[in-house]
Amino acid sequence: MSLARGRPGASEHQPDTFTFSKTNLEEAERIMARYPQGRTASAVMPLLDLAQRQAGWVPVAAMDTVADMLAMPRIRVYEVATFYTMFNLEPVGRYLVQVCTTTPCMLRDSDAIVEACRSRLGIDFDETTPDGLFTLKEVECLGACVNAPMVQINDDYYEDLDAGSMVAVLDALARGDRPQSGPQAGRHASEPQSGPRTLTGGD
Amino acid sequence: MKETVSITIDGVEIEVDRRLSLLQACELAGAEVPRFCFHDRLSIAGNCRMCLVEVAKAPKPVASCAQSLMDGMVVSTRSAVARKAQRSAMEFLLINHPLDCPICDQGGECDLQDQAMGYGAGISRYGEQKRSVAEKNFGPLIKTSMTRCIHCTRCIRFLDEVAGVPALGATGRGESMEITNYIEQGIASELSGNIIDLCPVGALTSGPYAFVARPWELVTTESVDVMDATGSNVRVDSRGREVLRVLPRLHEDINEEWISDKTRFAIDGLVRRRLDRPWMRGREGLGEVSWEQALGAASQRLENRDATRVAAIAGDLVDCETLFAMKRLMAAIGSPHMDCRQDGMAADPTVRASWLLNSTIAGIEDADACLLIGALPRREAAIVNARLRKRWLAGGFSVASVGPVDDHSYPVKELGNLTDALRRIEAGESPFPGAANPLVIAGKGALARDDGEAVLGAAARIADALGAVHGDWNGFGVLNVAASRVGGLDLGFVPAAGGFDTAGILAGAGSAVDTVILLGADEIDTSNLAGAFVIYIGHHGDRGAAVADVILPAAAWTEKDATYVNLEGRPQRAQRAVFPPGEAREDWRILRALSGHLGMPLPFDDLDSLRQEMTGEVPHLGAIDTITPAAWQSFGSTRDMSDEPFLPAIGNFYRTCTISRASPTMSLATNAFPSGVQQSASCS
Amino acid sequence: MLQDQDRIFTNLYGFESPSLDAAKKRGDWDNTAGLLARGASDIINEIKASELRGRGGAGFPTGLKWSFMPAERPVGQPAFLVVNADESEPGTCKDRDIIRHDPHKLIEGCLVAGFAMRATAAYIYIRGEFVNEARVLQAAIDEALEAGLIGRNACGSGYDFDIHLHRGAGAYICGEETALLESLEGKKGMPRLKPPFPAMAGLYGCPSTISNVETVAVAPTILRRGASWFAGLGEPKNTGTKIFCISGHVNEPCNVEEEMGIPLKELIERHAGGVRGGWDNLLAVIPGGSSVPLIPRSVCDNVAMNFDRLSEVQSGLGTAAVIVMDRSTDIVRAIWRLSKFYHHESCGQCTPCREGTGWMMRVLGRMIEGRAESAEIDMLQEVTTQIEGHTICALGDAAAWPIQGLIRHFRPELERRIEDCRRNARQAA
Repeated sequence: MSLARGRPGASEHQPDTFTFSKTNLEEAERIMARYPQGRTASAVMPLLDLAQRQAGWVPVAAMDTVADMLAMPRIRVYEVATFYTMFNLEPVGRYLVQVCTTTPCMLRDSDAIVEACRSRLGIDFDETTPDGLFTLKEVECLGACVNAPMVQINDDYYEDLDAGSMVAVLDALARGDRPQSGPQAGRHASEPQSGPRTLTGGD
Repeated sequence: MKETVSITIDGVEIEVDRRLSLLQACELAGAEVPRFCFHDRLSIAGNCRMCLVEVAKAPKPVASCAQSLMDGMVVSTRSAVARKAQRSAMEFLLINHPLDCPICDQGGECDLQDQAMGYGAGISRYGEQKRSVAEKNFGPLIKTSMTRCIHCTRCIRFLDEVAGVPALGATGRGESMEITNYIEQGIASELSGNIIDLCPVGALTSGPYAFVARPWELVTTESVDVMDATGSNVRVDSRGREVLRVLPRLHEDINEEWISDKTRFAIDGLVRRRLDRPWMRGREGLGEVSWEQALGAASQRLENRDATRVAAIAGDLVDCETLFAMKRLMAAIGSPHMDCRQDGMAADPTVRASWLLNSTIAGIEDADACLLIGALPRREAAIVNARLRKRWLAGGFSVASVGPVDDHSYPVKELGNLTDALRRIEAGESPFPGAANPLVIAGKGALARDDGEAVLGAAARIADALGAVHGDWNGFGVLNVAASRVGGLDLGFVPAAGGFDTAGILAGAGSAVDTVILLGADEIDTSNLAGAFVIYIGHHGDRGAAVADVILPAAAWTEKDATYVNLEGRPQRAQRAVFPPGEAREDWRILRALSGHLGMPLPFDDLDSLRQEMTGEVPHLGAIDTITPAAWQSFGSTRDMSDEPFLPAIGNFYRTCTISRASPTMSLATNAFPSGVQQSASCS
Repeated sequence: MLQDQDRIFTNLYGFESPSLDAAKKRGDWDNTAGLLARGASDIINEIKASELRGRGGAGFPTGLKWSFMPAERPVGQPAFLVVNADESEPGTCKDRDIIRHDPHKLIEGCLVAGFAMRATAAYIYIRGEFVNEARVLQAAIDEALEAGLIGRNACGSGYDFDIHLHRGAGAYICGEETALLESLEGKKGMPRLKPPFPAMAGLYGCPSTISNVETVAVAPTILRRGASWFAGLGEPKNTGTKIFCISGHVNEPCNVEEEMGIPLKELIERHAGGVRGGWDNLLAVIPGGSSVPLIPRSVCDNVAMNFDRLSEVQSGLGTAAVIVMDRSTDIVRAIWRLSKFYHHESCGQCTPCREGTGWMMRVLGRMIEGRAESAEIDMLQEVTTQIEGHTICALGDAAAWPIQGLIRHFRPELERRIEDCRRNARQAA
């Protein structure tokens, strides 16, 4: 949860150029078409996201590319890229493990989840494992509070965690498996653990 | 709808224009409302929260800068609610602001310091670690101390809105939001220095002026700038014999409250490469001599010559008094060869409208279209360009250009840089059909060339064809770049009957002309003067002095009381802030002394009597700060224009005259911003 | 207790498919053209009559809000419905369930609401972290478009209405409606000064109305079953059903749709398996998401879960996210963690919030261990009032209120920690 996002990431990582792949360029065109004529600046966040999905993070060169595509002053894109916390301004591991520690998760012992991640991965927040597989990050509420504690790994939520299931998920990822996302303690979604008490009519 | 509203502020009922903000209305009512982010000439941000006031029936205090007026509003700027809000904002601004006033260059002229006296608590309740923020590289002109920043965003808004160069932003967020250019590049706007003035704290201060002086050590002199022909109003701050800084002075019709970076930062050129004593060329080159020797040599040369072989060229920084004295002296000598246009820029000396920006600078705001002909206002008259941009921002203003492609800081329809485009427009192809008050502005790039008179003629005919001159509206204008030019033309410092102009003088030097007086003329091809005896009267050891046989050291603009006429034809007075260095003297005194040596003394012994003579001849020069409109007549040549493309008249914005070329700061700026000006984003 | 037949979100838990076919079986998209045929003002009147209040937290009357959109606009000027799906208020996870399990409720709601406010298109702004939820919603939008339910001549009504999905990228502040608009326009999510209000100049300067997912999604059901049905649930001005999110120290955290005004105790005991260790083990509850002040056990015993009843106890219904804290809770740390959240999420635009959130967080952080002077409790309280009401948007208030709640109800605990810390220091010396 590093707050010092106002400056570019370390220069040794910064590539000189960034080019969208052909597929992503087509996707970018589709995204830009969602917004009214002359309002393509609206596409800045989706395009930065697209760049991040391609490069794994958002180098300055990608911000410049997006700025030029959208005819925006570059500084306006830098502002956006540094304002929103989902844009990684430094390279991250293949799995970005984002642990929610906000109060609802904290009350369900997210401390244990943090500790499990630290000891299993051997890294602290904002660090990446030497093999480049995992980056650990502390994040604010991810909006799955009745399934706390939870983490987000890349696009997926892993919920109803405890230290054991957290480590199991990390182990699976390390093995190259894709563990089932969602609640890890047996329930389907946000119904009570022992089964729904409403909407049981089945009509 | 009624134009005014009646509101009550701190118990006083007043009637004010309904378009004002509540903050402005409070000011009119005599109520003091503190503020940091609000600025008259920038968009409203409402972020500092210092100007909160209590409005009856509003659930919470309102930001008066952003509040529009409603009839019957009852406002308190001093109630407990308002005071609490203001004091709260002040405390929050101070908790992370360093207590480094003793080493801060803003000390003594700091809004935060001043307002903390009125709204601060005196002691800090904040016991936590204060924030520190990394410095930024904003280039050689602007020094940063970003830990002091209070995030008012005035600098961002100025660059976005007024300068049109969106170089700065606020990255990150919350407590760690930083004002930055993100990538380490300087702010390459020709107006960048204004953010120093706008910064209410010491976060942005002048680089060259860092730790030079405290405001209370300075003597302030009100003056006008000569770095271009705009005539920006400035205050010259000096200590002892040295000018330490130049700041803008408000003039709504000229520079509002902005100045260009050259105006602000070239002043360190005033103390370098100065001619501070007379020199004379001997067998071993130039050697120092006494005034008596130098004047003697010069007068001896002039006395012994056929008067018609004597010529004078005036440079770009010369004041009216000097030009007038020189013209009188030439008349006394009996020579017709003189010119105030060292660049040969075309003008019809009999038609004043042919050399003025007739619309006036403020009048740009009444225009609805503009055709630039060989003019690059951003480099040639940055302040005029800011006004063009302001007009564009207001909407309903289209600009087209026949000339070199440039980044103007607003969108411009480029019509190519060939004269053929002018022919087509003259033939009826209007770039903006239907415009009611178009401007046609011809620049040095169009007029300072061999076919300048033909281009001038075409420009005038285009002005007629586009309907740029009608009734009270005269949209034809010339964008002069030399501070001396309009004054020189107004005074008729042009070839008398049978006289040579600059090109003629240079072509004849050594033959038809054998003695040339260079009145601060340095932007000429001095290699032509090799065969002539050159008397250089000026203040800098630049190109002219290098070829001189006699050098008579004169005063720079900050060292004399002098009249300049700006590009719109407005006479203004510069005032002496410091004395000329060494043995240098005010120019008119040198000419008076020379005339004495020649035995034909000019009929004035002091500045007042000179001015009386001068205004007797050209009355409008006495009407200080008043524009005397010029009558519209036909001028220029109907000859065909050449097919040569128009070229930029100014390559390097930062170094255009002897002072700016001598300025180390302008060298630094040139190195930092090789293109002169940075790409803008005219879409913003 | 609410009967299943009166529940709107019948696939809240996602046991059924979110697809169009399944949604139609649940009653969605049933003669939507008929709903639209009633006309814009009739729809708004029906919503007004239902007394539906916004489900995003502020509880503004929905029908009234929708009526602010200008009935007449210059030809060619668009107007927008903007759906706030930036669900980020700690404790809140209801919109996520609607989006991933019942997306057609939202899409049909967009059409109905958009039609009623004469909007030309809708943008749904979904928080960026909801990647999979966004995929489900986009698939549902595509299905609806394919089926002619939205887009040109939506449902055969003659009304053209596109729905676009826009993903955020990590910023709580974008849940503030004008920050959301800024973000949607491609800028930082910094709230705008108001006026102008969005209904006059919103997205791209056009008339716009921003409504929460749940608010929009319940509209078609209200129209089908009638305002009187909805208004018959709960009490006046606090009507209908509501999805509650019960998290924290309960035996079975869950989401549940219940009748507005259900007693807090009943909500927790009936649906969430009760407080961990029993009701008597309850310390406090944050009843409406992180922004509202906590209420102590004594208040929890009898309070009913609606806007007005919770306001009477100096708290609020907010997003109806019930965060339960039992006696094992380090209450100071729990509230400090919210302070840290607001500090992290402050956009930085205006002074009191930018500077004040960090100040409060740090002071409260010391108080976890009692490293403070007791006079600092009053100072902290005062700092909260220096932020409250002085900022551009409500984030400043939201940062202040949890701390005010803490000081209001747990001052002795704060003083005890400070005293303990002193005593320990003395003994160590």
